[in-house]
Amino acid sequence: MRNSRKSTQVLIYVGLILWALVNLFPIYWMFTFSLKNNAEIFGANVIGLPKEWLWSNYTKALNTGKMGVYFLNSVIVAAATIAITLAVALMGTFALTRLIWKQKKTLNKFFMLGLTIPIHASIVPVYVTLSRLHMLNTRWALIIPYAAFSLSMAILVCTGFMNEIPRDLDEAACIDGCSVWGIFFRIIVPLMKPAVATVAIYTFLQCWNELMFANIFISKSSLRTLPVGVQALSGQYTTDWGPIGAALVLATFPTLLVYIFLSKKIQESFIAGAIKG
Amino acid sequence: MNKMYSNKLHILIFIFPALLLFCAILIAPIGASAYYSFFDWDGFGEKTFIGLANYKELFTSDAIGFLKALRNSLLLAVLSVFLQLPLALALALTLGKKIKGERFFLSVYFMPVLISTVVIGQLWLKIYNPNYGILNVFLKAIGLEKWTHIWLGEKATALGAVFIPTLWQYVGYHMLLLYAGVKSVPPELREAAMLDGATDGQVNRYIVLPYIKPIIRISVIFAVTGSLKSFDLIYVLTNGGPLHATEVPSTLMIDMLFLRNRYGMGSTIAVMLILLCFAFALLISAAFRGED
Repeated sequence: MRNSRKSTQVLIYVGLILWALVNLFPIYWMFTFSLKNNAEIFGANVIGLPKEWLWSNYTKALNTGKMGVYFLNSVIVAAATIAITLAVALMGTFALTRLIWKQKKTLNKFFMLGLTIPIHASIVPVYVTLSRLHMLNTRWALIIPYAAFSLSMAILVCTGFMNEIPRDLDEAACIDGCSVWGIFFRIIVPLMKPAVATVAIYTFLQCWNELMFANIFISKSSLRTLPVGVQALSGQYTTDWGPIGAALVLATFPTLLVYIFLSKKIQESFIAGAIKG
Repeated sequence: MNKMYSNKLHILIFIFPALLLFCAILIAPIGASAYYSFFDWDGFGEKTFIGLANYKELFTSDAIGFLKALRNSLLLAVLSVFLQLPLALALALTLGKKIKGERFFLSVYFMPVLISTVVIGQLWLKIYNPNYGILNVFLKAIGLEKWTHIWLGEKATALGAVFIPTLWQYVGYHMLLLYAGVKSVPPELREAAMLDGATDGQVNRYIVLPYIKPIIRISVIFAVTGSLKSFDLIYVLTNGGPLHATEVPSTLMIDMLFLRNRYGMGSTIAVMLILLCFAFALLISAAFRGED
């Protein structure tokens, strides 16, 4: 009995470790081939560590492959999206949880519809509208739709946290002569830091990786974000894999870095979005 | 304070930005898409009202191949529910019972979800590369040269080859949701069953699974609607080719819009996708309710 227990234990670990390798291998392989030359990648040393660390792949990706430009664009778009999402969601949530009016419950449900609406629904109308307003090929063409599609999730997270803040604080501030704006900016917003972090991370991941809008709304290469940029670069370097690997690493490491430090927070944000939606 | 908090102007100022953004980008476009779907329109010139002709063409024309694209995405949905989810569930159940290294395994399994689909697609392009890709190199090395294929270029293998990374990438996502469910099972329930002599398998079968049924339902809905909407990986790997073998509704939609300038037809596909996602979500919910 005890022996069979032990061997099942071993079997379970073998399975878990194998699946971990299946998940880690592509990432390991990406990091190693980003530092190799074609001869090593194509046969001499397919899966080992690079014999000669070829950092020039990275300079190629950054300069000729314009990865620096794409990276900066992604940072700008992500930062602006996060800022707008947070501002709009915090204000909206304040109205939905604190202010007193009849339709707020219904409206909250209305916003939650956004958790299930696919981006396909808006592609044609948003494209047509952007083109009429001459806003295609501007950063706004991505920032505004990204913020809109992050909004439901942001309101969901903010509502949970804002309901936790005791209403006595509002009372006290009011008695001390605070206006609505004073209460919002001096009392509520500073206490919403954990929600702000969750929303910021979730929004960052959504817009950092988004392909469909980025591909359609931006055709100017100087405004491309990383996912589209990586596509363009791989078309340009079809026979030289090292720089492609370098580009993939450049596009991935910010996400992995955030994940290493905040894995629990990230996982929680994904769970919150799914289960309450 | 109540007076200040009931001030209509304050309410309007606080809620207006959210309402505007949400309605302009998410809600109004659904109506607009439905409207465009009744027209023949190239996106720039005059719209011609043609009633339901787009829908009729979508379902009858072999040249468009919508039914085939839909069949592909439904096949992906079936694989997702019957391969991806059971694997995710097995991992969640295993990690959920306080095993050593729980956090480590959880974090590693969730990692592919966070990596850009374009990056994952580019990596798999390299894995599948007919000349230098790891897969063929490996097959040659172990003497199975005749098993090598132009994986993404042959009609027979392309669909399977795009499905594997798609299924692989999101195992971690479903695992995380189910794991959160497993962790929410009250420990007393588990302990009571163990005291009564239940085995691990019995605890899972009679305590955990019934308890996490609502989360399993959510996972199934996400797996099916996600498959219907799938786009990124297929776009990167094959863009629907070779000879439309890996076409799905989303790739077809992008084709209609930006290659053929058929905005009416593109909108029709978008509307069908929204309706199908909605219908499947309701159907799955009803099926789960019917079982009780």
